[in-house]
Amino acid sequence: MSVPNDLRYTRDHEWLRLDGEEATVGITAYAADQLGDIVFVELPDAGRELDQARPFGVVESVKAVSDLFAPISGEVVAINAALAAGPELVNSDPYGDGWMIKVKVADASQLDDLLDGEAYDALVAAG
Amino acid sequence: MTELAGQPPIVHETPLAARHASLGARMIDFAGWEMPVQYTSIVTEHRAVRERVGLFDLSHMGELFVEGPAAAEALGGAIVSDPSALAVGRAQYSMICAADGGIIDDLIVYRLADDRFMVVANAANATAVSDALAERLRGSRAVLDDRSLAMGLVAIQGPRSVEVLRPHTDVDLDQLKYYAIAEGTVGGISALVARTGYTGEDGFEVFADSGRIGELWDLLLDAVRGADGVPVGLGARDTLRLEAGMPLYGNELDLTATPYDAGLGRVVKLDKTMDFVGRTALERVAADGPKRRLVGLIIEGRGIARHGHPVHAGERRTGVVTSGTHSPTLGVPIAMAYVTPTDGEPGTMLDVEIRDARVPARVVPLPFYRRSA
Repeated sequence: MSVPNDLRYTRDHEWLRLDGEEATVGITAYAADQLGDIVFVELPDAGRELDQARPFGVVESVKAVSDLFAPISGEVVAINAALAAGPELVNSDPYGDGWMIKVKVADASQLDDLLDGEAYDALVAAG
Repeated sequence: MTELAGQPPIVHETPLAARHASLGARMIDFAGWEMPVQYTSIVTEHRAVRERVGLFDLSHMGELFVEGPAAAEALGGAIVSDPSALAVGRAQYSMICAADGGIIDDLIVYRLADDRFMVVANAANATAVSDALAERLRGSRAVLDDRSLAMGLVAIQGPRSVEVLRPHTDVDLDQLKYYAIAEGTVGGISALVARTGYTGEDGFEVFADSGRIGELWDLLLDAVRGADGVPVGLGARDTLRLEAGMPLYGNELDLTATPYDAGLGRVVKLDKTMDFVGRTALERVAADGPKRRLVGLIIEGRGIARHGHPVHAGERRTGVVTSGTHSPTLGVPIAMAYVTPTDGEPGTMLDVEIRDARVPARVVPLPFYRRSA
């Protein structure tokens, strides 16, 4: 498996794409595959302040429930409304249309806590 | 969880383990067995069974044979149903209860001959059922033969089951009614073919010696694939049975539940002649009415109810969710729950506590899904 190189990753299998001061967040293809058919995504309202490494939502597959952990602190500025009607987008396009939230980054130095693509690949390979 | 040092938990493999691995199945430990939970996706496998056909490895189930001149009488004293009322070649859904009426397991009992029955138990309870039957048959003219490890079981389920199985068996499937069983061959292999299942679809369960079940699987998987079907894991087995309103031991049924709680009082034959373990307690429940009622719920808000989530009627806690998932067929979250009997009428609005939220849920009649005739 090989993940996109322009993203940053958490050990909990979220990804983050930085665009200026704004970061888009989702879960990795590996996480989506492990969960199986995703049927429900619970996201915070826009405006909520997230703390890095704290839960910000829940993703449920047919079989399992899993918490979502914030890769970075900051205010939620957008959520992917398409997931309410189409949670399966997380399975079919985890790095694209299956994105979950956009966050206004509070402290860019927190990016240093995240893994690059190579390190995340190694984490997944190690099981 | 505590494990004793030097005694690692025993995990059984079915005779089909290598085949599951080569099919790329994701495996889980289920009741002490390494079993496939899914081969591709639960929803894909679920839909294949509803619309076409699927093949299941159920070799973890327990097969307990009760044999002897007093088999019907002795078995009738051990379980809540009346096996003496079964015609040879027919099956009945049953339960084995403790003296206080609590459910040790739910069972399917097949009458293979006047003096020979096969009792199929859940994998998690096979040992407990075997032990209880051995004890309850003691002193009778019937013996127990636990063939759980010597027998394999595969199931073909779905509307195309007949066309899949027919070319490969000498059993007359047109004469094999729902809840019937026949001895014959499948692909030349001696087998018991039963028209039973746990999916809400037409289908068959095929029992054969463990040593031949691999050949049987290969043959039937080719046939199933030829009918645009797929192998199906325990994940879809659970969503299929939940849509069909069928209870799962460990969720809806356990030692604290009686058959009446689960809405299955019809299984208990209080009018049968023989005494049976649990009779006194079950007569009392039948007379007084159960203290709770198993209901179907459709979640009308956001979220999926899961096993253990509390259920409320207004501000009053009324019960607990026993099973819940997103229904692939209905496209909405469904659940089964035990509630106070007066809160269980279809149409009643309740709330399920999902994490921090109270989510509205409507009581609906079971099953959620019934196949068209």
